[in-house]
This record gives sequence, structure tokens and C-alpha cells, in this order.
Amino acid sequence: MMFGKLSWAAIPIDQPIPLAAGAVVLVAILSVLVWVVVRGHLTYLWKEWITSVDHKRIGVMYTLLAMVMLLRGFSDAIMMRAQQAVAFHSQGYLPPEHYNQIFSAHGTIMIFFVAMPFVIGLMNLVVPLQLGVRDVAFPTLNSVGFWLTATGALLVNVSLVVGEFARTGWLPYPPLSELTYSPGVGVDYYLWSLEISGVGTLVAGINLVTTVLKLRAKGMNYLRMPMFCWTTLASNLLIVAAFPILTATLAMLILDRYFGFHFFTNEAGGNVMMFMNLIWAWGHPEVYILVLPAFGIFSEVVATFSSKPLFGYRSMVLATMAICIISFMVWLHHFFTMGAGPNVNAIFGIASMVIAVPTGVKIYNWLFTMYGGRIRFTTPMLWSIGFMVTFILGGLTGVLVAVPPADFLLHNSLFLVAHFHNVIIGGVLFGAFAGYTYWFPKAFGFRLHEGLGKAAFWCWLIGFYVAFVPLYAVGLLGMTRRMQHYDVAAWRPWLFAAGVGAVIILIGIIFQIAQLFVSIRRRAELRDRTGDPWDGRSLEWATSSPPPVFNFAIPPDVTGEDAYWEMKAHAKQRDFDRGEPDYKDIEMPRNSPTGFVCAFFATIMGFALIWHIWWMVAAGAVGAFATFVVFAWRDHDEYIIPAAEVARIDRANIEERRGLASFVGGA
Amino acid sequence: MTDMSLAYPHGDPHHLGRGAVHEGPAPKRIVTGYGFWIFLLSDIVMFSCFFAAYAVLLGQTAGGPRGSELFDLRSVAAETAFLLLSSFTCGLAMIAADVRDARRFQAAMAVTCLFGLGFLALEAREFADLVARGAGPTRSAFLSAFFTLVGCHGAHVSAGILWLLTMMAQVFAKGFRADIMRRLLCFALFWHALDIIWVAIFSVVYLFGSAA
Repeated sequence: MMFGKLSWAAIPIDQPIPLAAGAVVLVAILSVLVWVVVRGHLTYLWKEWITSVDHKRIGVMYTLLAMVMLLRGFSDAIMMRAQQAVAFHSQGYLPPEHYNQIFSAHGTIMIFFVAMPFVIGLMNLVVPLQLGVRDVAFPTLNSVGFWLTATGALLVNVSLVVGEFARTGWLPYPPLSELTYSPGVGVDYYLWSLEISGVGTLVAGINLVTTVLKLRAKGMNYLRMPMFCWTTLASNLLIVAAFPILTATLAMLILDRYFGFHFFTNEAGGNVMMFMNLIWAWGHPEVYILVLPAFGIFSEVVATFSSKPLFGYRSMVLATMAICIISFMVWLHHFFTMGAGPNVNAIFGIASMVIAVPTGVKIYNWLFTMYGGRIRFTTPMLWSIGFMVTFILGGLTGVLVAVPPADFLLHNSLFLVAHFHNVIIGGVLFGAFAGYTYWFPKAFGFRLHEGLGKAAFWCWLIGFYVAFVPLYAVGLLGMTRRMQHYDVAAWRPWLFAAGVGAVIILIGIIFQIAQLFVSIRRRAELRDRTGDPWDGRSLEWATSSPPPVFNFAIPPDVTGEDAYWEMKAHAKQRDFDRGEPDYKDIEMPRNSPTGFVCAFFATIMGFALIWHIWWMVAAGAVGAFATFVVFAWRDHDEYIIPAAEVARIDRANIEERRGLASFVGGA
Repeated sequence: MTDMSLAYPHGDPHHLGRGAVHEGPAPKRIVTGYGFWIFLLSDIVMFSCFFAAYAVLLGQTAGGPRGSELFDLRSVAAETAFLLLSSFTCGLAMIAADVRDARRFQAAMAVTCLFGLGFLALEAREFADLVARGAGPTRSAFLSAFFTLVGCHGAHVSAGILWLLTMMAQVFAKGFRADIMRRLLCFALFWHALDIIWVAIFSVVYLFGSAA
């Protein structure tokens, strides 16, 4: 067979919904491509973005990927809410096999291709700037990591029109996910997408850990790092320690499915519960991989808009690292019902409650940062306050389900679904949106429209409560998750209300899209010439917006916490007026198509593996190795920006600022 | 010694000394080596999952053969010898690189490669023998875990040999450039890490497995 399992039957001609959705996506992609080509932007796109190894550009691309995939994941969400709102005593409009794919794709996309790229994108964009350095430790690998993540996202979306996606939930529990019960390619799409994007995430993790630990500006001692750098360190340590577990676990399932191994099968001694243990040994740290950077964002935002140093900085550092460690000791609470016995369950229950302590420390620190501060209620600040209220609620229901006897009743109910959406939307997503609004002017040189941003915030906040409080209620009424239809009349009004909540969130998303468009159109009036639109405290605000490719013309010299605030307080910016600094040549990494080419071959290999097209797998592997050799063979991986050019760029930036010196001094 | 060399030029390369003000970004060689160490740790985490699976599934023979009936410890001892000797010659190659002796470097790398290939040949023979005796990876969960763990190490050695040949070619074509010296540092770390994992495999898989 030339094309393995692939045939025309793989295209779901008889199912209008995925076909229409696929057509819309295809038309959108094609029209963007046509626009790019017709307007002559292709060369620019290739040279400045696709092959870029600049951490700022890669950060922006990660974030863009996350926002596009958010639309896909949200489409799944609103379809599910609509289905459950109508599927009382009826089949609704989605057949079970399609509904099952939708909830699987929703979870997979939202975690791996929205939340992950969003936080990794923001870390990429901001951390080198906050550390006062020119780039991450491994710029080309950074590009490889991004493009492998994009490959995973692409494969998940290809499954929409070529074949099918998994029907096994966002974590493919065996034995359902074994070949016997899931003979189609859906689980294989899931497995290879995540194996490939998981490598990308690991690369990003190694890169950021090394960056924080080994590349800091002079004087940037550990206890002078901004909080976001600390949470980045903790989060990426967790990536390095946890993602290999995911890779190994999924590899075992792959071996079961492709070669008839017996890791998790019912026969020949396989152990299903080993999958639960392994996948959650990754899965629980994953929760903190996502939420720790969000905590860092809130720390930056709350301190900036309260015009005060972060309260309890050292306790915040301690709390972050405590969460980092404890997060590896609670995985069993995801399956108390396994029956490991009262002692084991008690230990994991207590550990799960203990992790609420450092989290509580953080909440109090943010509150005390605000206390007595001169608070500006900008959009990022609104997201932060909305987070504090919402996250406390989610944390409390989390402590509730950490009690094993309670968990036995609530396990796999919609109460649980409401809980984790409460912490992931209220924690991670609100944090990502706060960071997006906060650092947007740094990335692009103009602010986002405030009014539309606030409108989006209120829709998201109210929509969240209208959508998920009913799910708590209906969970307590005994409704389990993932039901395609139901016959209990008492559930119906709650599910209808949840559907209304999803619509309110949809309006919020429309406001966000409008905000982006309006802000781009009115960028002249939203322009930030100071590089410091919010009166910030850390070094990313010390350079222009957007920063030059080398970030800082002169490497900063850090003398304390809140490095940039100190500079402003000591009026060090007057250095600008004290004649020219001593500009030097700057060595920067050259752009490289390595990441894109790697991802190209990874896509081919992934697709071929899913469909058992073995010759294509071999071709992809040879291509990947050839890419590696060609990359290794480069003679010049760096270029020099001459001191004169650095001086020209920096003088222009200083000129911009000097006109606004009164503002800068106004701190 | 220059910054390019593999030996540490100064006493406190990671600035562990207390109270000192951070001096700024570390030199490239430190950054590269450090990042590669982090990668190796992540790789060891991945192996630890396969070790855990092996430990869990050790008794799950599904009526099939146990480790004590299958493992030929003499062959495993020979594999161990090959691998440890290859690490020794890898070390010699790095010393040769340090003094920029291309001829000795290539010779030592070639010997390393041969030892690695010898290891792989023995492992392949063991696997083929097991499959021929009806003890392939699909026979039982225990054998699935065995083949996966040992095979994963074997796959690493194979990738290492590809990398080794690439490094020989790079040194041949471009000499001991700074970037190539950094890659050699990473390659040497990788090759030695495979030894550490093999020692664990020897103990956990073969010794405990023979006792089970």
C-alpha cells in the first residue's frame, strides 16, 4: 500500500459540520496566504518572522498561535454547551462519535495549543528583557521549539478533515485508547501531535531554564530578579522534569498500538493504572507549569499599577519554589477512586491541601501590594483583580475535592469540570490576557484600546460565572462529565444557563478581536514613544518599544530589586544627557530556517506515522538528519552590528525619549 | 588554557561563591554545557519512566519466561565492557581535541565508534535470540517493558554513533573551532551519560531481573 491506511474514505464527506469547519479554516488560511503574496509580504514574512531567531519575534508567534487556537478550542466549547443545552430527552445535533471528538479536541487544544504557547510566548518575549540580556541561551533551538509546537497544532487541525480525532478525552485513558477499542487514527493523531509538540516544549523549557540561570545582566543576583523571571524558572524546571514523563508515557501507548506491546492492555499482564500514574505524574505539574507564569504576570501587573514594590518579594520567591516542588507530590489526587487505600489517599489529600498554603501566601502578597498603593484600574489590572476573586473560588473547590471522601462523590462529575475551568480560565487565561495587554506595547510600540479591553474583560468575567457556576450546581446534582445527552429534567435549566454563559464569553472574544483591529488602525494615537507606557519597574521598560533586535545598546548594570524603578528614582536616565555612552559592536545570532525546515519534516513524519505510510516516515527522518548536518555545517551563525549602527539606533531612541523626559522623571 | 578548551580555566566557573555580585551573562561554553546538562537530566527523567514501568511489570510474565530464564549475563558483561571501554576512548578523544591533535582525535573516535557498534551488535544478537525463542516484546508485559527500556538505550547509542560520525566529519572539515569544541563537549557528556544509564540497566534490568 503506497499510502498506508490513507484513502479517500478518510475525508468525512457525509459529515457537514467538520467539513464546513475545515473549509472555513482552509479559506481563511488561503486568503491570508493570497493577501501576503499579493501585497508582496512573503519575503518580509520569511526573513523577519519565519526564520527569525529573535526571542521577541518567536514570543509573538507563540502568542499568535495560542490566540488562533483559542478560537478553535472555543468553537468546540460552544458546540458542547449548545449540545448539552438541547440534548434533553433527545440526541441533540451532534452524534455521539462526533461529540466525543469535540470534547477530546477541546481539552487537548486548550491545554497544549492555547495555554502552553500563550505562557511560553510571554516568557520568551519578556524574560530576556527583564534579565537585561540580548537573547535566550539557544536562539536557533528556540525557533525549533516554536515550529515543532506549531506542527503539533497543525496535525490536530488536519484531523478535522483527514480522518478523525481521538474520542478518548484530553488524556487517552487505556484500555479505551488501545487499538482494540479505538482502531481508528484518532488516538494516533493525538499521540503524534503531542509527541512532536512535547519535544518543542522541552526545548523551550531547557532554553528558558538556562537563560534564567546563566544569562543575567551584571548585578542581577537571583534575589533581584523580577517575580516573572522566578516563576518562569519554576515553570520551566517543571517542564524539564515533567515533559519527558509525557513523552515516555505516550511512547508506551504508541508501542502498544503500533507493535502490540502490553504496557496498558487488559491482556498479558498490562497495567492500566500505570498509565494513570504516569500521565498524572506529568499532568499535575503541568497545571503549575501553566499557572506559575500567570502568577508571575500578576505580580508584575499588580506592583506596576499599584505603583509599589511587590509586597513580600522573598516570601513570593519561597512560595513559588515550594509550589514547584510540592506540585510533584500530589498526582494521585486525580484518581483517589483507584482504591490505593486510605493511607495513600490521605497522604496525597493532605499534600494537595498543603499546596494551597503557598498559593494563599501569594494571594495575600498581591492584596498587600495593592493596600496603600495608588492603584490604576487599567485593563491588565482588571484581569488581575478578576483573577484574585475567581481563583480563590477555584482554589477553595480544589481543596474540597482534595478531601478523598468528597472526591469519591465528585469524581468525574461536572463539579470537577467546573473546578478546573475555574482555575485554568480564572488563573491561566486571565493571566495570559493580563500579560498580553500589559506587554503588547513593548512588543509593538503601541497600546491596545482600553475601552474595548475593559468590555472584553467584563464579558469574560461575567460569562465565566454564568457558564461555570451552573456546572458546579449540576455536578452536585450528580451529572457526570462528557454526556452527549441526558434525561434528568433538573439538570436542564443549569445547562441552559451555562450555554448562555458561553455566549457571553463569545461576546468577550469578539470584543478582543475588535480591540486588536481597532488598536492597529489607531496605532498612531496609541503610540508609546517612551518605551515605558505604564511607569514600569523592571528592565523591559528601560528599552524602546519595540526594542531593537539587540534589546539594550549598553548592557544594563543592576543595583537592586525593581531595577528600572531604581534607575528612574536615581535619575540615572540623565546618563542620556551626559554625553555618549561607549557603544561597542554587538554580536547577534543569524536568522535560520532550521526550525521551520525541522518542523516541515516533523509534519511529514507525524502524518506518515499516523497513517502508517512507512516510506514517507523514512524520508522525513532522512530529511531531519540532513537538516541537522546542514545546520552543523554553517560557518557563520552570528553577525556583527557595528558600534556606529548601535549608536545610530540608540540615539534615535534617546531622542524620542528626551522629548518626554518630564514623563520619565515623573515617576 | 583558552576558553575553547574542555578544562575549566578558573576555579569557580558557576559563581557559587557567596556574597559576590552577579558578573553578568556566562561565557558561551558554560551556557552550552549547562543547557546540555539540563537536557541530559530530562533524558534521565524519561528513562526513569521506563525503569518504573519495568519495575512495575517485572512479575507480569503472563505465563511466559522470566528474566532468570532469558538473560545471558556473560553477553551482558561483554556489552558492559564494550560500552565502558568506548567511554574511555571517548575521553581520550576529548584529551586529543584539547591539545588539538586531529590524528589522535580521529583514531580515538573511530575506536569509540567500533566499541559502540560492537555493543549494538551484541544487543541486536540478544534481541534476535529472544524473539527467536518466542520471548519477543509482545509475549508479556514484562518483555514489553524489557525491550522498551533496553531498546531505548540502544536507540540512544545508535543516535550517538550518528552524532559521533558527524563530529568526526566536522573536525575533519573544519578543525577544532570554538563552536565545534562546544559540540564535542556536549557529545562527550551524552556518551558518558549513556554509560550511567547502562549501569542502571545492568543493575536493575539484568541483575534484579535475573533474580526475579
